[in-house]
Amino acid sequence: MNGRRIGVFVCHCGGNISDYVDVAKVREAVRDEPDVVVAETTIFACADATQQDMVQAIRDQRLDGLVVASCSPKLHTFTFRGVAKRAGMNPYLYTQVNIREQDSWAHTDDPAGATEKAIQLVRAGIARTRLSLPLDPIEVETTPKTMVIGAGITGLRAAIGLADIGLGVYLIEREPQLGGWVARFGAMYPHQRKGWELVDQLAAQVRRRPLITVFTSAELTAKSGSFGNYRTEVRINREVPETIQLDVGSIVVSTGFETYEPAVGEYGYGIDGVLTLPEFKALLDSSKGELSYNGRKVSTVAYIYCVGSRQPDGNAYCSRYCCAATVHASLEVARLSAGVQQYHLYRDIRTYGKYELMYTESRERGSVYMKFPEEAPPAVARGADGRLTVTTRDLLTEGAELTIPADLVVLVTGMVPRKNETLMGVLKLPVGSDGFFNEIHPKLRPVETVVDGVLIAGTCQGPKNSSESVASGLAAVTQSAAILKKGVAELDPLVATVDAGACEWCGRCEETCPYAAVSRAHSDGRDVAQIDPAVCKGCGGCAPLCPEGAIDLRGYTDAQIRAMIDRLVEVSTA
Amino acid sequence: MTDMPRTATPRVLVFSTNSISDPGIDLAGSRHMHYSPGVVVISLPCASGIQPGWIVHALQHGFDGVFIAADGDECAYLSDCSSRSAAIVQAAQKALSERGIAASRVKMAAICSVCAEPFTRQVTEFIESLAQVVV
Repeated sequence: MNGRRIGVFVCHCGGNISDYVDVAKVREAVRDEPDVVVAETTIFACADATQQDMVQAIRDQRLDGLVVASCSPKLHTFTFRGVAKRAGMNPYLYTQVNIREQDSWAHTDDPAGATEKAIQLVRAGIARTRLSLPLDPIEVETTPKTMVIGAGITGLRAAIGLADIGLGVYLIEREPQLGGWVARFGAMYPHQRKGWELVDQLAAQVRRRPLITVFTSAELTAKSGSFGNYRTEVRINREVPETIQLDVGSIVVSTGFETYEPAVGEYGYGIDGVLTLPEFKALLDSSKGELSYNGRKVSTVAYIYCVGSRQPDGNAYCSRYCCAATVHASLEVARLSAGVQQYHLYRDIRTYGKYELMYTESRERGSVYMKFPEEAPPAVARGADGRLTVTTRDLLTEGAELTIPADLVVLVTGMVPRKNETLMGVLKLPVGSDGFFNEIHPKLRPVETVVDGVLIAGTCQGPKNSSESVASGLAAVTQSAAILKKGVAELDPLVATVDAGACEWCGRCEETCPYAAVSRAHSDGRDVAQIDPAVCKGCGGCAPLCPEGAIDLRGYTDAQIRAMIDRLVEVSTA
Repeated sequence: MTDMPRTATPRVLVFSTNSISDPGIDLAGSRHMHYSPGVVVISLPCASGIQPGWIVHALQHGFDGVFIAADGDECAYLSDCSSRSAAIVQAAQKALSERGIAASRVKMAAICSVCAEPFTRQVTEFIESLAQVVV
């Protein structure tokens, strides 16, 4: 016993943990651990009410150690450090134990094994906390500049937002021109503003802001440094390519999406007159007067929804923008050529929120909607008369089989992740099983990634329409401002320290540190190593090289790691 | 030989790194990829900070294997992190051999922040390989 008073909170995570880990058993197994005076389970440790309960427990029980067993430390370390601070406890006396990503979710096939592992992990967290020390964070100056990668509508709007709050912006665009997808679009829902006009307007605003520097035909090729102070390399693909170095405090990735490209033969794709939604949109936007295709008047259009989306063996997700985009396109057709017959063959219509009004208007203006069964999608063929036909079953008319002659068939295709191997290699951002970049938490930290100071926005994160993309871009602006406007970032004081009494000064630690954080000092008439906490990066690389074992890394001391190992290996008797 | 008996479920201690390999291991869980619950992780800032003595301690006290999920060339701290980590593994293996513990109970592989499948595969293969190790 070393006289500590530790509180342990084991989280259900609303079932994410407790569906596989017996959290009550974990609590019972750790409640009599040395120095533990509070052991509780909680449905959501991160909930405001629970945080308040923790604050109260810290105060009432005079806790000087806190262990929260819940999700990855990437998610809530700052949340629970905040709890400790609000309760008057030093935040570095708190330990996060990951029993979700590295336990319950990885062992959904073995609840008993997951429970046993949770007990070991929590006991190790308690052992570490028993040896924790109160520490103060180290402040470093940050670079008040943000790199925005991708100058589509999201990146353009984010760049303007960043400049308007006083941050320098490097706007990096791989293509020779700005604007991305939206620059190619004519009228867009719901306001009928043309996409290229919006982009022109945003580009003009960018030009008016001296804080923004634009690089087109440019790609990020390297990144080093850390949160608040990244050094990057950007290759500019001119006639003679050039690589430049740019120092930034944060990075916003807004690289956009690709559209699903059907295979030849998929719903008749490859037959003349069978177009994807972007191809149809381009045709529509370039139409003057009545709708025509290859010089022929278009009298009938058939739309087939969910092509390439919601497929069990392909893209399982819904791109959600495409229903509204198609309904909007059909309204554009109706405005252009009032007599065009339009048939919408759908699995489900998802014109959510205000876009439902467009769906209603579309029906009022004559569009006919037919719901086909998932297991029997429509078939597209070219008939003997040269006309396209679409054969479908309509569940709304008792499954009747219908054959629709059409001049154009539009395959309503969704979004797929954009391929960018260079950027993926440089940023090392995690991607989900769908191939889009992953945020830390879709609700709590929706634009942050596990790489500190690197934010994601727009459709590189997943399907969104343009207004949702811009909203997430502005969220990334706010988050960048939160990081950089203070001018300093708080870094963990988890730096190396020297036990002067044990040090025999051999100089190996000084030689090995690339940051020159170690120097020779005199103590009690002896030469000893001295580490500058403001310069030390906290890698711990010097510690294993010390022949005397005189160097420890705060938060990861030799005693703490050995204590953790001892508790991790024990099999529970609870 | 070890001080504690080995258990039926092989026990593997993983040393991961906070910014690189630990997110990769998290991602494996987020995708509900399965591996043995005998695998437990201690995350550190950098693989070059692992003490060879910790590896020896873990194996002497009941772990069947130690897997170092290193940063490879991705380390944000040290450009020579890979060679430093390799030297740590070699030092640990030498110390283990002197104690009659097979050096093959230690494995190091680079695991990146999105290496969910490589981590799951490598740690599972490592556990399978441990079945062949007799000391």
